[in-house]
Amino acid sequence: MTLALCLRDLRKTYPNGFTALHGLDLDVAEGEFFALLGPNGAGKSTTIGILCSLVRKTSGTVTVFGHDLDRELTAAKSCIGLVPQEFNFNQFEPVDEIVINQAGYYGIPRDIARTRAETYLRQLGLWEKRRQIARELSGGMKRRLMIARALVHEPRLLILDEPTAGVDIEIRRSMWDFLRAINARGVTILLTTHYLEEAENLCRHIAIIDQGQLIENTRMQTLLGRLHQETFVLNLAQPLAAVPELPGYPLRRIDECTLEVEVAKAHGINPLFAQLSAHGIVVSSLRNKTNRLEELFVRLVDQNARPA
Amino acid sequence: MMPLRAQYIAFQTILIKEILRFTRIWIQTVLPPAITVFLYFIIFGSLIGPRLGEMAGIPYMRYIAPGLIMMAVISNAYSNVVSSFFSAKFQRHIEEMLVSPLPNYVILLGFVAGGLARGLVVGAVVTAVAMLMASVPVQHPLITMAMIALTAVLFALGGFINGVYARSFDDISIIPTFVLTPLTYLGGIFYSIDMLPEFWRQVSLFNPILYMINAFRYGILGVSDIDVGFAFLITVLFIVTLFGHSLWLLHRGVGIRG
Repeated sequence: MTLALCLRDLRKTYPNGFTALHGLDLDVAEGEFFALLGPNGAGKSTTIGILCSLVRKTSGTVTVFGHDLDRELTAAKSCIGLVPQEFNFNQFEPVDEIVINQAGYYGIPRDIARTRAETYLRQLGLWEKRRQIARELSGGMKRRLMIARALVHEPRLLILDEPTAGVDIEIRRSMWDFLRAINARGVTILLTTHYLEEAENLCRHIAIIDQGQLIENTRMQTLLGRLHQETFVLNLAQPLAAVPELPGYPLRRIDECTLEVEVAKAHGINPLFAQLSAHGIVVSSLRNKTNRLEELFVRLVDQNARPA
Repeated sequence: MMPLRAQYIAFQTILIKEILRFTRIWIQTVLPPAITVFLYFIIFGSLIGPRLGEMAGIPYMRYIAPGLIMMAVISNAYSNVVSSFFSAKFQRHIEEMLVSPLPNYVILLGFVAGGLARGLVVGAVVTAVAMLMASVPVQHPLITMAMIALTAVLFALGGFINGVYARSFDDISIIPTFVLTPLTYLGGIFYSIDMLPEFWRQVSLFNPILYMINAFRYGILGVSDIDVGFAFLITVLFIVTLFGHSLWLLHRGVGIRG
């Protein structure tokens, strides 16, 4: 297995004494769509900063496609494309110049840079806005501009630090499609996000860091498989006078037309509907109370926060 | 190491970006020095100058022309880099360069070349104004061009260092206001230091801008208060020192890396 990214005993202590990373070990396989999750202040942005040479590590090693960041910095940097959390382009420059200039910093000739800029701006729906000053773009467009900029030198590893923050759901989903397509073309993607639905939808592998330490690192399906119980919200077709007792399915009344039920994975959901039907209760729709990954995430972070 | 051709493309990219930046806002960057110099010529050249007579055997309006051109070059080369680099830090788009494989010296050369370009463009515009106001024949074109280019490079480097250390917009105006402007005015733009009492003449010799203005004046008018060769030596020494310091700042990531 080729590793796109290999972190060993990565540590970072800032000059004010705050230790953001306490010896992080992490491998990301080539071609992976990898979620790096964690609560605010967990060390995600510090990790990304170190990978992209924006933050100096205190100790440890980082290799990108086998290139050691300390010894082969140029080769390592050439492999990485970064979409940062905050807008970091010149707000007064036209959109196409921002992308073309970024290619130039990687030594890509201007004619090739123009062609690539057109390709990515078209794919991301920004071609019509190419001569517009960047600050005039909407929030979603600015996010897509940063993706186009990160891809223009055709990196093998794309790092996305909360790429859809503040983006409406329609654009978010179109960005997901775009990122899936990029990943399908062989680009390894490392994603951090606070939208756990996003991580669950896109990523095949997940790592969770908290307080500068890795607390989980596994396949997404393996993690989701650990969820033994899910909470569903049931919307009823008719108002309910009294909540029936259903063996194995504790029901809670939210309002006269809404119930909440905890379903153990071992029991399944079909017997629930059979019992509800037996009581004359018609369910018009149901949904998960919270995202499945969210439940696991909160549980893991809570466990880590508890004193041993 | 990035291949040389790639480094050249990267350098060219920064330079084009810098030139586009200051030409896009030419009303703020190129026009004001032309107006300022025009006013200097009107007031000191046309109104007061004839009463002053000659300076070092040269009509006063013509005598002050090289200093006024140099003043515009110094302030523009400096302010181009300090404002561009600080703005890149402030808006965080300096990160576009930091994440790329660009060597530090290419980043530095790109910004300095941008400062040099603005210094030369403004210098050319101001020279055109000077030519309109006073006949300014160039006696030694090579010395003139070499000194104006070296001075622009030196002050572009100064602007870069200021930009690295600056933490607020106030910090980028302190040095130009409290250091550069006084040193420039006292650097012999409007007078020959031979007119000063001996003590103040000796004090003036510690002002590096004096050497640049006089060497430039020698290039244009053929007169200078100091040795031109020594002026070139001083200028080159300053450039080497500031270039080394700038590279060290970039290597250490002062103000730009966490």
